[in-house]
Amino acid sequence: MADLGSAPVPPVGPDDHVRGAGEEGVIVYADLGCPHCAGAWQRLRERPGRLVFRHFPVASKHPRSPALHAAAEAAGLQGRFFEMVDSLYADRGRVDDPHLWQRAEDLGLDLDRFESDRRQGAVEARIRRNFQSGIRAGVAGTPAVFDACTLLRDREREF
Amino acid sequence: MIAVGERAPDFTLRNQDGEKVSLSDYAGRKVLLVFYPGDFSPVCGDQLSIYQEVKPEIAEKGVELVGISVDSFFAHQAFQEKLGIDTTLLSDFEPKGEVARAYGSYLDAPLGFANRTLVLVNEDGVVAWTYESPNPGEFPGANVIFDALS
Repeated sequence: MADLGSAPVPPVGPDDHVRGAGEEGVIVYADLGCPHCAGAWQRLRERPGRLVFRHFPVASKHPRSPALHAAAEAAGLQGRFFEMVDSLYADRGRVDDPHLWQRAEDLGLDLDRFESDRRQGAVEARIRRNFQSGIRAGVAGTPAVFDACTLLRDREREF
Repeated sequence: MIAVGERAPDFTLRNQDGEKVSLSDYAGRKVLLVFYPGDFSPVCGDQLSIYQEVKPEIAEKGVELVGISVDSFFAHQAFQEKLGIDTTLLSDFEPKGEVARAYGSYLDAPLGFANRTLVLVNEDGVVAWTYESPNPGEFPGANVIFDALS
């Protein structure tokens, strides 16, 4: 049984998706089905420094999120993780399987491999590891942006 | 706020399907009462959605989640469907907020709803742990629940 008690945000490691260089930057727990994340993504990707993306799909709220995160992971196995994330956030209205195949083709991916990879247990496990580390760090909404181990902000809400 | 070690006040409320549910129905089991301000608010939606994602792990700890707010059971049913959750939601509707008041969770006018409060009731019907948010705009991450259950 996974331990989901409080723990600091894990440091950046080989399991992470990293865009940009350097030691300075932010870690983002994001949901690929979340409209607030899509809005924030355009600003986050323009920040200077390192941007680390961690999966935080909230499936009950966004039923297609698990499939979208798996698609990004499968694209990542062909070296196009952030391109798939950019594509999904840029056009949130087309998220069914044929749309994912079209996106994969547009990115020049091997479609058969993409189809196989996105259903791998290892892909699901990696997404779950990210999600659980977010739970342990106290993520209570997406996007949750951490500078090193400090939560900078998530969405501002009254109640 | 009700204190740890006190007997949890029994209650009978309607769930999202209009069925009567009593705290005493959970005798011999642990139950986590999740008091929240109201259906369809953004924070309440996030809170219940995230708790839903870790509901199997909470269940593995032998704990059942139950949400309580002052909304009607009709609203609960619609909220549950909108969020895609299956957590039991109880309607503290009439007299409004009576159960929240009994647990010391109710925020008086002009708010008129329960603060975001967690109350763990053990198998013997005794309060084993509580958490009260500093304000209704913040909710405890699920990690706080697992800390309490460890």
